[in-house]
Amino acid sequence: MSPTLTDASPIRTDAGGRADGLDVLERGRSIAETYGIPLAVLLEVTHRCPLQCGYCSNPIEMERAGNELTTAEWKNVLTELAEIGVLQVHFSGGEPTVRKDLAELVRHATSVGLYSNLITSAVLLNRDKLAELADAGLAHIQISFQANDAELANRIAGFKGHAKKLEVAKWARELDLPLTVNAVMHRQNLEQLPQMIDMAVALDADRIEVANVQYYGWALKNRAALMPTIDQIDEATRIVDDARDRLKGILDIDYVVPDYYAVRPKKCMGGWGRQFFNITPAGRVLPCHAAETITDLDFESVRSNHSIAWIWKNSEAFNKYRGTGWMPEPCQSCAFKEVDFGGCRCQAFALTGSAGNTDPACSLSPLHEAIFKTAEREAATGSNRYLYRNFSGGTLEPDAGYDS
Amino acid sequence: MDGEAEKPIATSAPASRRRMTVTEHSAPKLGRGVVLRFDETRQRWVLLVPERVLAPDDIAIEVLKLCDGQRSVGTMADELAAKYTAPRADIVADVIAMLQDLAESGFLIEAKGGRP
Ligand SMILES: C[S@@+](CC[C@H](N)C(=O)[O-])C[C@H]1O[C@@H](n2cnc3c(N)ncnc32)[C@H](O)[C@@H]1O
Ligand code: SF4
Ligand code: SF4
Repeated sequence: MSPTLTDASPIRTDAGGRADGLDVLERGRSIAETYGIPLAVLLEVTHRCPLQCGYCSNPIEMERAGNELTTAEWKNVLTELAEIGVLQVHFSGGEPTVRKDLAELVRHATSVGLYSNLITSAVLLNRDKLAELADAGLAHIQISFQANDAELANRIAGFKGHAKKLEVAKWARELDLPLTVNAVMHRQNLEQLPQMIDMAVALDADRIEVANVQYYGWALKNRAALMPTIDQIDEATRIVDDARDRLKGILDIDYVVPDYYAVRPKKCMGGWGRQFFNITPAGRVLPCHAAETITDLDFESVRSNHSIAWIWKNSEAFNKYRGTGWMPEPCQSCAFKEVDFGGCRCQAFALTGSAGNTDPACSLSPLHEAIFKTAEREAATGSNRYLYRNFSGGTLEPDAGYDS
Repeated sequence: MDGEAEKPIATSAPASRRRMTVTEHSAPKLGRGVVLRFDETRQRWVLLVPERVLAPDDIAIEVLKLCDGQRSVGTMADELAAKYTAPRADIVADVIAMLQDLAESGFLIEAKGGRP
């Protein structure tokens, strides 16, 4: 997913002094005024997916097809989102193209004035389906790639799909669809980062999102197989900086830094309940796509008798970690509390047992040291086999000598 | 077939990169993936682009509305000069500068005439 959704500072290279008369809308919002309806919403229309990426941020407990919102229910959601002031929707999942009604949903989104983005593995698309989506008003497509080298990419995905992705990317450009290449990076593919950036250029993509794996859901289970070394991270930063210079005006590069090795945590979701929500396949409304990993929170559903606007404004889950009032020390008296809002609630829950703690990615967290050490140790283990994502609790990759 | 897909991916920038050079003869329009619309909730015009919502200022809104792929930049300048009773030469320069920036952000494409 986009760092613009999760970072709160959608401005990259264009801060200040623009001659084009454009400003980024979110910048105009003061912290005090913030809980207006988000500009963009993530719709996870299904958890089904033919790929089995071990780095997948989806929850381990996935929603079955039978619980998914129906076409009519999603259409109602889209209408309601447009009415309350949402402007953009991201169709994601799971693999959104698994749903046969996707073009119908995109068409409906367009008809109510929403701007549609598709976040996809692309392996289920063909040219006609893509053209149908473009005709339905799709405005942007993001295609994820697991590596540059087909063999490695297919191994990471647990699916032979790399060649198809390249083909779909080409069709996207033929159809004039703005294209973003999504590259989730980790220990086992970071060495191909330069080639992945070149691949994005060769595919004539507008952007590449280089995202270091965030450890939620399946990714947390696979942490030992994914955790990069510090040297890899330093190298990646250098590669990205260099490519940004070299490719100015050719390819925009968004970079999501890894927070295990950071000094301060990321401003996760731009702050809980401040500018983002997503809707799960079964219609639950979450402050972040990983929020259901916080098992002691209850989330309201669009299937309840509450409106989406009510859930956003009034539901307990959204209000629990909003703003800064909930914060314990060291956050409460910290100068950065409105800069990063204490980091990520899901990570705090996963690593400390309470979502109300300071994210241990922060060096001021009493747990930071221990977790950082664990990360370093895991990066050095050389245990490279993935636990592949599926509906039956995961399948360990067969031993083919990947461990070192 | 010696299919395209088999070919190794080239590492140089592809020829089709779509940055246009704006001149008085260009007839720019918004690219696919760029939508100008009025946001009823926030009571203002917004420019929707991949991953962002931009808030054009009043002049940018006016100019963007004229980018229909039919009007040339020269015609836009004529209309704006008449409307604001301002010197045409100044308007042309300002409009070209603004459109060139928009084009470089990838938001405008050439509809006819000039080369991309
Ligand atoms: C969960 S996927 C769903 C859409 C589609 N199946 C795909 O993979 O493109 C949404 C986006 O999040 C990215 N992603 C998945 N797991 C991630 C993780 N652990 N950290 C960061 N990004 C991740 C994917 O690359 C994709 O761009
Ligand atoms: S990240 Fe991989 S496994 Fe997860 S939904 Fe996307 S393609 Fe499927
Ligand atoms: S102590 Fe809390 S507010 Fe301060 S930097 Fe760390 S996470 Fe952010």
